[in-house]
Amino acid sequence: MTSIKSPAARHARILGVGAHRPPRVIDNEEVCTWIDSSDEWIQQRTGIRTRRWAAEDVGVVEMSEDAAAKALAAAGLTGSDVDAVVLATVSYPYQTPAAAAVLADRLGATPAAAFDISAGCAGFCHGIALAGDLVRGGTAGNVLVVGVDKLSDFTDKHDRSTAFLFADGAGAAVVGASDEVGIGPTVWGSDGAQADAIRSKFSWLELRSSHAAAMADPIAAEAAAQEPVKWPYLEQQGQSVFRWAVWQMAPVAQRALDAAGVRAEDIDVFVPHQANARIIDAMVKQLKLPESVHVARDIVDMGNTSAASVPLAMERAMADGHAPSGGLALLIGYGAGLSYAAQVVRLP
Amino acid sequence: MASEQEILSGLAEIVNEETGLPTDSVQADKSFTDDLDIDSLSMMTIVVNAEEKFGVRIPDEDVKNLRTVGDAVAYISQAQG
Repeated sequence: MTSIKSPAARHARILGVGAHRPPRVIDNEEVCTWIDSSDEWIQQRTGIRTRRWAAEDVGVVEMSEDAAAKALAAAGLTGSDVDAVVLATVSYPYQTPAAAAVLADRLGATPAAAFDISAGCAGFCHGIALAGDLVRGGTAGNVLVVGVDKLSDFTDKHDRSTAFLFADGAGAAVVGASDEVGIGPTVWGSDGAQADAIRSKFSWLELRSSHAAAMADPIAAEAAAQEPVKWPYLEQQGQSVFRWAVWQMAPVAQRALDAAGVRAEDIDVFVPHQANARIIDAMVKQLKLPESVHVARDIVDMGNTSAASVPLAMERAMADGHAPSGGLALLIGYGAGLSYAAQVVRLP
Repeated sequence: MASEQEILSGLAEIVNEETGLPTDSVQADKSFTDDLDIDSLSMMTIVVNAEEKFGVRIPDEDVKNLRTVGDAVAYISQAQG
């Protein structure tokens, strides 16, 4: 029997991270011109003071390109060193081709393998899991992982339960070979029975038929509804998501620690998905994290950036000196699906 | 199985822990939102802690029907029975 040749297994780690934070800051006062609310109400329920929204002509690919260039520079690499691009997003407005391929070309990474993954706010941690295994298995030398979302395109500014939450941004990490374990085992999963908890309000097909009807008879459409075109806004059942996130996800984070053979006190920084400061506080309480662990709270001025939130918060913790180079970070992403992924990583 | 009085005082402790409100302000006729100023996320925390304390299950879709403290006491009492 002829055997199949395979490269020797090796370890993987994060070599560099980068972030793109759109320049336009939206404070709670501006949000309150869209919905009947107040700065105090929004802060009390979410911890959010400001969020960033990208300009109209800056999309998922542009934000990714900036974050990726910074991550590559931090890793001491260029686009041509990248063998695979894994991009996590829920807001790239083209069904096909994948944003990852367009990004790879812009970075000079062609012919790197390139594909998008859709795992909501857990997307980046799914990407780290894939990248780690691609490197370990020898399928790729260096993998660029991007978490990016432009949720402002899919935010209903008049929805009192989400208008103040969602935001835009991109974070990137380069994963490459290492002599030591730099990415712990990923604990992940999904619960499609709760698919309605966070979702697009309408499908593209519903948008098409509503648009056709509105075009055929604009006056009737205007009379029938204030919003005749069914845009696929994001909607979520906040209470259900809160319950799931705190009481189901804290044990997942604990399992990621256990799988890595690491104790809570060994962690330098806890980087949960930045969905809501109240969720973060409750998770920290459930996990009984010691005070020595820095807890990333990028949400305060970045809002909920979905797939971008974990890498953005990780980059921030490092830039602010809360997460030392070579230190350990516990990452957990959770969101639409419902889906989740958590792992312990060594910081570059 | 706890009596309704025991459920009320247990619930008052949970509310106190979550919100800092004095336990004697947690009375059966009080509305969680209007009288006690408890928001939806704190309400979820109270519900989950009550589930644990009283060994009952309170599904998300039932939480919105628990308008007053008395509603919650009755629900828990019935769920225990």
